[in-house]
Amino acid sequence: MWASFICWWTQDQAEQFFRSGHTNNWAVLVCTSRFWFNYRHVANTLSVYRSVKRLGIPDSHIVLMLADDMACNPRNPKPATVFSHKNMELNVYGDDVEVDYRSYEVTVENFLRVLTGRIPPSTPRSKRLLSDDRSNILIYMTGHGGNGFLKFQDSEEITNIELADAFEQMWQKRRYNELLFIIDTCQGASMYERFYSPNIMALASSQVGEDSLSHQPDPAIGVHLMDRYTFYVLEFLEEINPDSQTNMNDLFQVCPKSLCVSTPGHRTDLFQRDPKNVLITDFFGSVRKVEITTETISLQRDSGIMESSHEEGQRDEELMEPLKYAEQLPVAQIIHQKPKLKDWHPPGGFILGLWALIIMVFFKTYGIKHMKFIF
Amino acid sequence: MGLLSDPVRRRALARLVLRLNAPLWALPVAWLERTMQSVGLEVYTQSFSRQLPFPDETHERYMVSGTNVYGILRAPRAASTESLVLTVPCSSDSTNNQAVGLLLALAAHFRGQIYWAKDIIFLVTEHDLLGTEAWLEAYHDVNVTGIQSSPLQGRAGAIQAAVALELSSDVVTSLDVAVEGLNGQLPNLDLLNLFQTFCQKGGLLCTLQGKLQSQDWTSLDGPLQGLQTLLLMVLRQASGRPHGPHGLFLRYRVEALTLRGINSFRQYKYDLVAVGKTLEGMFRKLNHLLERLHQSFFLYLLPALSRFVSIGLYMPAAGFLLLVLGLKALELWMQLHEAGVGLEETGGGSGPSALHPPAQGVGLTSLVAPLLISQAMGVALYILPVLGQHVATQHFPVAEAEAVVLTLLAIYAAGLALPHSTHWVVSPQAPDRGWMALKLVALIYLALQLGCIALTNFSLGFLLAATMVPTAAVTKPHGPRPLYAALLVLTSPAATLLGSLFLWRELQEAPLSLAEGWQLFLTALAQGVLEHYTYGALLFPLLALGLYPCWLLFWNVLFWK
Repeated sequence: MWASFICWWTQDQAEQFFRSGHTNNWAVLVCTSRFWFNYRHVANTLSVYRSVKRLGIPDSHIVLMLADDMACNPRNPKPATVFSHKNMELNVYGDDVEVDYRSYEVTVENFLRVLTGRIPPSTPRSKRLLSDDRSNILIYMTGHGGNGFLKFQDSEEITNIELADAFEQMWQKRRYNELLFIIDTCQGASMYERFYSPNIMALASSQVGEDSLSHQPDPAIGVHLMDRYTFYVLEFLEEINPDSQTNMNDLFQVCPKSLCVSTPGHRTDLFQRDPKNVLITDFFGSVRKVEITTETISLQRDSGIMESSHEEGQRDEELMEPLKYAEQLPVAQIIHQKPKLKDWHPPGGFILGLWALIIMVFFKTYGIKHMKFIF
Repeated sequence: MGLLSDPVRRRALARLVLRLNAPLWALPVAWLERTMQSVGLEVYTQSFSRQLPFPDETHERYMVSGTNVYGILRAPRAASTESLVLTVPCSSDSTNNQAVGLLLALAAHFRGQIYWAKDIIFLVTEHDLLGTEAWLEAYHDVNVTGIQSSPLQGRAGAIQAAVALELSSDVVTSLDVAVEGLNGQLPNLDLLNLFQTFCQKGGLLCTLQGKLQSQDWTSLDGPLQGLQTLLLMVLRQASGRPHGPHGLFLRYRVEALTLRGINSFRQYKYDLVAVGKTLEGMFRKLNHLLERLHQSFFLYLLPALSRFVSIGLYMPAAGFLLLVLGLKALELWMQLHEAGVGLEETGGGSGPSALHPPAQGVGLTSLVAPLLISQAMGVALYILPVLGQHVATQHFPVAEAEAVVLTLLAIYAAGLALPHSTHWVVSPQAPDRGWMALKLVALIYLALQLGCIALTNFSLGFLLAATMVPTAAVTKPHGPRPLYAALLVLTSPAATLLGSLFLWRELQEAPLSLAEGWQLFLTALAQGVLEHYTYGALLFPLLALGLYPCWLLFWNVLFWK
């Protein structure tokens, strides 16, 4: 009985191991509006970039498209910064932002070429989406939009039908395993209405007919810093670390109508897995799964049903505890920088000497006779 | 002449002569240069001079020359492709010293900020609007009005917007905004909305046409006050004068406003810090712009600071008035056509070919003479006053300015005597229906002129249409002649000008007596001519060369024998 239980547990672990089916993560983050008063769209995109990078996706797997340069705009009273919280609490620009498509290169044509892979051969590697059929891709778009379209740079638009067709091209060319599409614009839900390819999950900041509102203006900078939906998504993501088990259902609850004024929406009918089994880090992070095991696990095509072929080997080997994940860094503590309980160690020689000096001076001044009041 | 026998005018003239001998006030150029440089701006000066067509009554000299001083604050991190202008006009009679002080304080404050993306030009001009016109012409490298200005040595890119400031005291009770510009041009409504937003934010009291906004729009008071403000704006726009330096900026499609600080007897006063904050806010918002102001209306009428009437609502009114002229012309055309057909039918029995050519030939030639003579009178009205001022001063004891005005009035009145003296020019075989053809031509001429005027300066077009169209439509030689004559004289362009002056002062709650009104009328005539020559204002040529001949044609129709 014990043996079969152990077997089932191992198989369950293995099932968990291959739960999501992806092996690499990509992110395509797009900000489509220029001009100084659209500061908040650049801040939105940069805050998602920051979270995604923090959770492990490297720059080589992120395609960042920013339509305007806010950090070095002559109107920026704090040059080289892009703030997401007022009173300049959080600078999302940082030191190592790598923008792949900048300024006038952010066009509908370039965006669709990135998605579908129809890129001229001279394009550098950093501007390509080199995903395969085991990639989970996060696509985040923000800017000004309307019912069924998203405006690029005040001169052109991408419609929801074009986007849906681009995703279908990606599916047919097996360029993604699963896709998470997040959009923060006015009437954002209209953009995911037309999707028809499998394995796509979509989130939007507002329904058709609603406007997405901005969060708060900063009086020193003079513009609105973030949009509400992305602000609360950023707050939510700040709590995530690479080994979080938070799932998509929690992301759907972010920014209810009381905080966001608009009603965020989501679409999961094209997605094959249940959202409660989908981890946030499946899309936002690049979590490598490593498990050390000495047993042989035979995998069937259908991960639902697994034969137990262990029963034969079980009789031969001794009962061993299944090994868990290798000892990992205490990530939660590092990221949140909670005060660690360090081991006490005696103070260094310099500090001892300094204190001795102070005590000597004290007793010299006040005389040794006062010692009796201490002891 | 009787004018100099007036003791008031003699005293005024004596005072002027006295002032001529005293040293004239001049802009402290060196001090301004030093102060602006100490603040940290790039300082340049520009000298200009202008030969006036006749000496202005207040200045009494032909040649006006001066110096403009301006400092440029360069944007720290942007290429100097665009700029904003803060200008303070200075002249000898209206001291604008407080505004210069505020300008320098703002310059010092702006110099310490790093968020400017456009250059800011701080401009102090001499001789009020003459200096502004000289600077603008040199900046845009054109010569529109014949002013001689030295070329500018420092330039800052295309001007996106300008604000002109006039303050006479260091505390203000309210800020008045002027939007009407030269030839009735208006800035983009967004600039006015910007000003109004900052007034509300800063809790500053802001007025339009000197009137406060009425809070109560549900009862009759609000709309009535709005109507008064609207009429004031119509009158000011129709006059075509630049009511401040902003009016001259508008010619170059630079959106501009003039802000005037008013110090009345109200108890609550604002100091210059409040005014400065408003200006700083406006400039910071203008700094954020990436394109020229173009989203809002360029043609509008304002019943209140936060309400406007767009062109789509008010243009049909002018259209309907001009339709009256068109319909009347159509009626006359039909009547002429019937008369021609009637002649055909009667002449069909006895030698039709002999009657036709003479009838039509006489019709045309009988029209050419009145047209030419009326137009010649208009040209005389335009050219003779300024040309003949020296001759007039030799023969009559009047100053040049008065000579110009009196010549204007004389030629205008001489036109009234035309029909009696020009009948010998007209062919005696002119048929009785000739007046119909003349009236037809006059109606079409009037409709064309008023239509063109209404498109560019709606207020002027509407005002003239409202007065001239009814009388033009009913004028005919038959019927009560003295009544029609009186009506026609009362709606002539000069009478409209006189009437609108009285109406303007009435609306401003400072009504005029008849004598005062007449003096103001004479001054207005002189100013109109002067502004045409110095700034290119179009009211004088439009009235003299366009509407006066047209009106004379109707006068000829009325006195047709």
